[in-house]
Amino acid sequence: MNRHLISAGDLTRDDALLILDTADELAQISDRPIKKLPTLRGRTVVNLFFEDSTRTRISFEAAAKRLSADVINFSAKGSSVAKGESLKDTALTLEAMGADAVIVRHSASGAPQRLSGWVRGTVVNAGDGSHEHPTQALLDSFTIRRHFGRSASSRSASSRAAGAGPGDGALDGLRVTIVGDVLHSRVARSNVLLLHTLGAEVTLVAPPTLLPVAVGSWPCSVSYDFDAALPKSDVVMMLRVQQERMNAAYFPSVREYSRRYGLDAARMAQLPDQAIVMHPGPMNRGVEIAAEVADSARSTIVEQVANGVSVRMAVLYLLLGGAEGDS
Amino acid sequence: MPAVNPAPGHPELASGPTPAPAQTPAPVGDPPPAGDPPSAGSPAPTGRKVVLEPEEIRRALTRIAHEILERTEGGAGVVLLGIPTRGVPLARRLAERIEQVEGRPMPHGSLDITMYRDDLRLRPARALGPTEVPAGGIDGAIVVLVDDVLYSGRTVRAALDALNDLGRPRAVQLAVLIDRGHRELPVRPDYVGKNLPTSKQEVVRVMLAEVDGEDAVLLGRADSGGPE
Repeated sequence: MNRHLISAGDLTRDDALLILDTADELAQISDRPIKKLPTLRGRTVVNLFFEDSTRTRISFEAAAKRLSADVINFSAKGSSVAKGESLKDTALTLEAMGADAVIVRHSASGAPQRLSGWVRGTVVNAGDGSHEHPTQALLDSFTIRRHFGRSASSRSASSRAAGAGPGDGALDGLRVTIVGDVLHSRVARSNVLLLHTLGAEVTLVAPPTLLPVAVGSWPCSVSYDFDAALPKSDVVMMLRVQQERMNAAYFPSVREYSRRYGLDAARMAQLPDQAIVMHPGPMNRGVEIAAEVADSARSTIVEQVANGVSVRMAVLYLLLGGAEGDS
Repeated sequence: MPAVNPAPGHPELASGPTPAPAQTPAPVGDPPPAGDPPSAGSPAPTGRKVVLEPEEIRRALTRIAHEILERTEGGAGVVLLGIPTRGVPLARRLAERIEQVEGRPMPHGSLDITMYRDDLRLRPARALGPTEVPAGGIDGAIVVLVDDVLYSGRTVRAALDALNDLGRPRAVQLAVLIDRGHRELPVRPDYVGKNLPTSKQEVVRVMLAEVDGEDAVLLGRADSGGPE
């Protein structure tokens, strides 16, 4: 595995499965009276958030604390960044404080990549612009894997011993439909890359205005017709309409968007029986997802948040827990 | 068969009447002195010798099962926890024997100690093993830790820390199939299958049918010219 986690595309199938299997074991910790492991004692993890975030920052903070790391939270508001400090100067400050890992969220795509060249510690991308959000993709795959009985705990010992193949805990053959504002979504890009690595078949559904120009080169298929994709989906992943990133009119009205690309109860009824509904949060209830769908038994939205802590623990352990400089 | 390439001719050794050295290409051996549980990628022993045959392993486990029952006055309140990888099937086998004798279920499970190791920073991060504690938990129980080889004692130290986070047992005991000596911590086993005097250059490899396809305990010399 690489020393940094910048892109879901950097993960090999084996890397991804190692992270997911590790997360499976770590998920048990949250059921224990003492939710703590001594593994990262004495290591410092800095949460460097230049953009607002609640669940991702709290999730990383909980993950690092459960592994006994020291956590320093840094948010751009109220820091020297508000006084005009550059990313590089901030990075050098963190370097001087001896950060072993920097969890970075930034509105500029590529900021974590730049940062990784300036600090000695491990850099984990917690969302950069409309580029990538690899730990969200990992927790989504983790959630899918659990729902379709492909996690390590639900596999037999024999299939685990057999190693690679359909029994190795990957998502081979599962059909995942990702719907909505793909253009502005770092979650969509990371998910397409990781789901493809894990063998799932991904279909993007969005209005043409909300698809990136280069989507033809992504390892997935593209459709403009949500209703046609529904019966062929094991997983439907709804994306938030990111109005804060929209500087132009991408669709005529919210109501029209909702009618064509929103998931309501009638559309949910067209899904196969075993299908699940996912959303990376935060949701715009009534826009891309109806409240009754978000609160239905098929929705994994709350579970995704809980799984986020386990997956981020696994990432921090695998990146920081071993010897430095290993490959 | 994962990670292990049993020597050609080994099956006949396993069933044969006398142990004989197997002059064969080396399988993956026990780890270097830093830790005791076997793992892949460690030096391979050459000129291995079978020190326990399947029948002897079976007898040793039966004896340990009876000793556990004797020492704990019938095994009431006992929970067997195997340390992955090979402590887990050993704990299961001990539980089966005790159940045969006592006619009631013997709680058993596994306890992964990876996150509690003291040598985590010396080697790349490794995959975790399963931790499965029986439904009753371990509070107030007599926990018997089960492992294949007792060496430095560092694994047991880590296991005691791990137990501490799971609950508060009334007592903790230790059962090992092989005690090879060279302790680095004040740790002593309560139940031993076989005391095996070794030099630090030697490698002890426990093979179990559940993991390796066959039962055997092999003693070899670490291949100094090997990888790692």
